Amino acid sequence: MPAVTEQEILAGLGEIIEEIVGIPAAEVTPEKSFIDDLDIDSLSMVEIAVAAQDKFGVEIPDDELRNLKTVKDVINYVQNLSGATKA
Amino acid sequence: MSGTDDTGTARLRLPEAVPGSRILAFGDYQPARVVTNDDLAQRMDTSDEWIRTRVGIVERRIAAEDETVADMAVHAGGKALAGSGLSPDDIDLVVVATCSAETTVPSNAATVAHRLGIRAPGAFDLNAACAGFCYALAAADSAIRAGNARNVLVVGAEKMSQWVDWTDRSTAIIFADGAGAAVVTGSSTPGIGPVVWGSAGDQAHRIRIKDRHSFLVQEGQAVFRWATTAIAPVAEAACRRAGISPQELAAFVPHQANLRIVESIARRLKATNAVVADDIVRSGNTSAASIPLALARMIERGEVASGAPALLIGFGAGLTYAAQVIQIP
Repeated sequence: MPAVTEQEILAGLGEIIEEIVGIPAAEVTPEKSFIDDLDIDSLSMVEIAVAAQDKFGVEIPDDELRNLKTVKDVINYVQNLSGATKA
Repeated sequence: MSGTDDTGTARLRLPEAVPGSRILAFGDYQPARVVTNDDLAQRMDTSDEWIRTRVGIVERRIAAEDETVADMAVHAGGKALAGSGLSPDDIDLVVVATCSAETTVPSNAATVAHRLGIRAPGAFDLNAACAGFCYALAAADSAIRAGNARNVLVVGAEKMSQWVDWTDRSTAIIFADGAGAAVVTGSSTPGIGPVVWGSAGDQAHRIRIKDRHSFLVQEGQAVFRWATTAIAPVAEAACRRAGISPQELAAFVPHQANLRIVESIARRLKATNAVVADDIVRSGNTSAASIPLALARMIERGEVASGAPALLIGFGAGLTYAAQVIQIP
């Protein structure tokens, strides 16, 4: 698949999170923690992972999902697995 | 009359096929006892807020100690039969979808038929867990179109409460009891669309009752992921096969597993004009009963017009799933 930049993943994640949990995409910034800052619970994280899979073509299994605490963690995970280059 | 040709090969005759089938009426039944989230919070480590945000349930109905799956099936079946305008003598097949019956022998269907005054119908129980009602509806539709039955009573009835560990907060807050039924008849135009069904036996261990002395256990997060991933494409396929676009649906009635799953599937399906069933809020997860229960009450409240298309989709232990578009009676 074509390389995705960090900015593209961040924008995509923002859209997903806004649609699923109703938090404005602009509030989704790399340093935010899903649980502590965005108040997103484990079931919503599963939905976000499923939507991210559709959008970026990268599967995030439950075992991996547990370790992804911040928005930046997800960006890194997706970039590593999609073989993307840094913007 | 000769049933074989001159080489001794059987020549069988088939009844004339019927073009379609349709639902004449729904019926519902819920036990009297209401159990609120606060009631549960007194027995286990949970809270009203936790239950509402995680599964969307506010209260559920739990059957009396001596109230059986067959009792509830008779209530719902009787109501559907009365609404259909048919008499018990018109029914020649009874299917009860259940996974929580007190006994496996005898099945419930023959008993339910007898108690409703239906004489000598074909009768069987069907276990596809929470997908059971859609499987049973497909069986009824197929039997009618093949000419093997004229009028079918389809019931989904469950007493999940007797298989739940009332100290396990991962299941006790979810499951509940109830029954829903539909009367299906032959029709010159189809009122039940093609079923899209399937299973994922590799994930059988995710929802199970080990043996008759055990309680139901569920891997909640894995099931949630499966339901939010695999089910929307099945829903889309059922629409496609029936020739109805998701935007044309007047109602979307998925199995009431968890409000979060219902909302997630609805969002992915983009059935923007459909009333989405949220009966779980007051009824809990009643497995095979949830779809007919939700539909009966939607129709009773006048939320969907007669003749309008509604998409039903059941999914659950097995893992199994089944979906079809129906015409609202």
